[in-house]
Amino acid sequence: MGYHMSLSIRLTINGQPRDVALDDPRVTLLDLLRERLHLTGTKKGCDRGQCGACTVLVDGRRINSCLALAASMDGAQITTIEGLADGETLHPVQATFIAHDGFQCGYCTPGQIMSAVGLINEGRAGDDPERIRELMSGNICRCGAYQGITEAVLEAQKILSDDEKRDAA
Amino acid sequence: MTPFDYIRPATLPEAVRAGSAPGSAYLAAGTNLLDLMKGGTLRPERIIDITRLPGLDRIDWLHDGSVRIGALVRNSDLAYDDRFARTFPAVAEALLSGASAQLRNAATVGGNLMQRTRCAYFHDPASACNRRSPGSGCDAREGENRLHAVLGWSEHCIATHPSDFCVALTALDAVAETEGEHGTREIAVDALHALPGATPEQETALAPGELIVALRIPAEAARFAPRSRYLKLRERTSYAFAIVSAVAALDVQADTIRGARIALGGVAAKPWRAREAEASLIGAAATAEAFARASELALAEARPSGDNAFKIELARRIVARALALARGGTPEIMPALPASPFSTVPGADHAA
Repeated sequence: MGYHMSLSIRLTINGQPRDVALDDPRVTLLDLLRERLHLTGTKKGCDRGQCGACTVLVDGRRINSCLALAASMDGAQITTIEGLADGETLHPVQATFIAHDGFQCGYCTPGQIMSAVGLINEGRAGDDPERIRELMSGNICRCGAYQGITEAVLEAQKILSDDEKRDAA
Repeated sequence: MTPFDYIRPATLPEAVRAGSAPGSAYLAAGTNLLDLMKGGTLRPERIIDITRLPGLDRIDWLHDGSVRIGALVRNSDLAYDDRFARTFPAVAEALLSGASAQLRNAATVGGNLMQRTRCAYFHDPASACNRRSPGSGCDAREGENRLHAVLGWSEHCIATHPSDFCVALTALDAVAETEGEHGTREIAVDALHALPGATPEQETALAPGELIVALRIPAEAARFAPRSRYLKLRERTSYAFAIVSAVAALDVQADTIRGARIALGGVAAKPWRAREAEASLIGAAATAEAFARASELALAEARPSGDNAFKIELARRIVARALALARGGTPEIMPALPASPFSTVPGADHAA
């Protein structure tokens, strides 16, 4: 990688390999997704890592896409909110956010849902609402739907763990 | 962000060569650097992406029982490493009390050491700041400064170091391994961050281009595993920087303190090791009186740098309470709210 040249990176986004030419190394992963790849489900809130609206999964781990340089993500697997549902079937976290009113205006919701998917993958919360709240604290909801969000995460985690047990049986 | 060249070296020597050129900045996760670049606080001409350097993402246990943590290990991977969290529980608790789950998943341990102050005047390019722009003055002195330093500050700079992790590392005598143009060396974490004096722009002991490649925590620090806590007071329950924090680690044998470690966060431009306070506890019984005496010693040299005299008494209480928590024993499992004074784990004293 050298000076002043256009960078070409390869990402796998929601299962699809994408070759992307970057004419400017300043592009963040968030801006790449929204402005260049037109995946606008991922939201720009503060753009400074304080609100969590831009949360996506990189190689299965939740991060703030506003504080990740796209060029540095070369080779990564990215999952965004657009990649969660299976056709018309919602991901369990999407379904439980609806069932528990885990949002009002909806702006923070894609980030909340991606963060919840990451949290469940991490497997550190158990069924303790206090641990869920602590581990979701990087996602701010200005409508204050936290009660519903916590309930949605707990139920989605139960559904996913029951699915896993059924698959193992 | 101002324009920059992006370089992704494949080897450490290439990285150090590129990083030693004026105007270069190393990029790991970028969780602090990109934030500072977006605000115009930092304007590097050249970004050296070190994320592909080989061998820097491992946690290795050495034969003598010490641990070597590669600079690119992510904060969450270290905190959730079972052996690490069992051996150095206060470090794991400090890590999990910092930032958010997303940031901990991205941020590296080397980057944590190299993060910059959260002083708003440092961040704002329109403000006078000797740390960012030497000789320009310090708008924090007459500004909003209730969260600024009470120890080790100077009239040139009253900023604090924001890390939780570094506080625990300093208490446990951790060492940073670096690679520079003139080879490798070791720097105690306690000596890595500088007090401001007349040169606040000199933030660390690192030479230009010198890169932290690993951290080591000595085996001796494992003696504190049964009684180690980190306690962090914030302005909200979670996801906030410390107003004041403290790590306390005790080695208690037959009701007598044989070893003690105390360090504070949020009070100075570096993690603040309180060695006199530690010494006062050796040979003493682990009583509230001994902890109160130690907390007085820890803050003996403190003085307000602005509207922040309250932090001195607060810090005394946080030190005493952290010591009481440590005496109560390291919790069996990580508290739901790591390092929180509002945690409900046994041993927590809510009326210190």
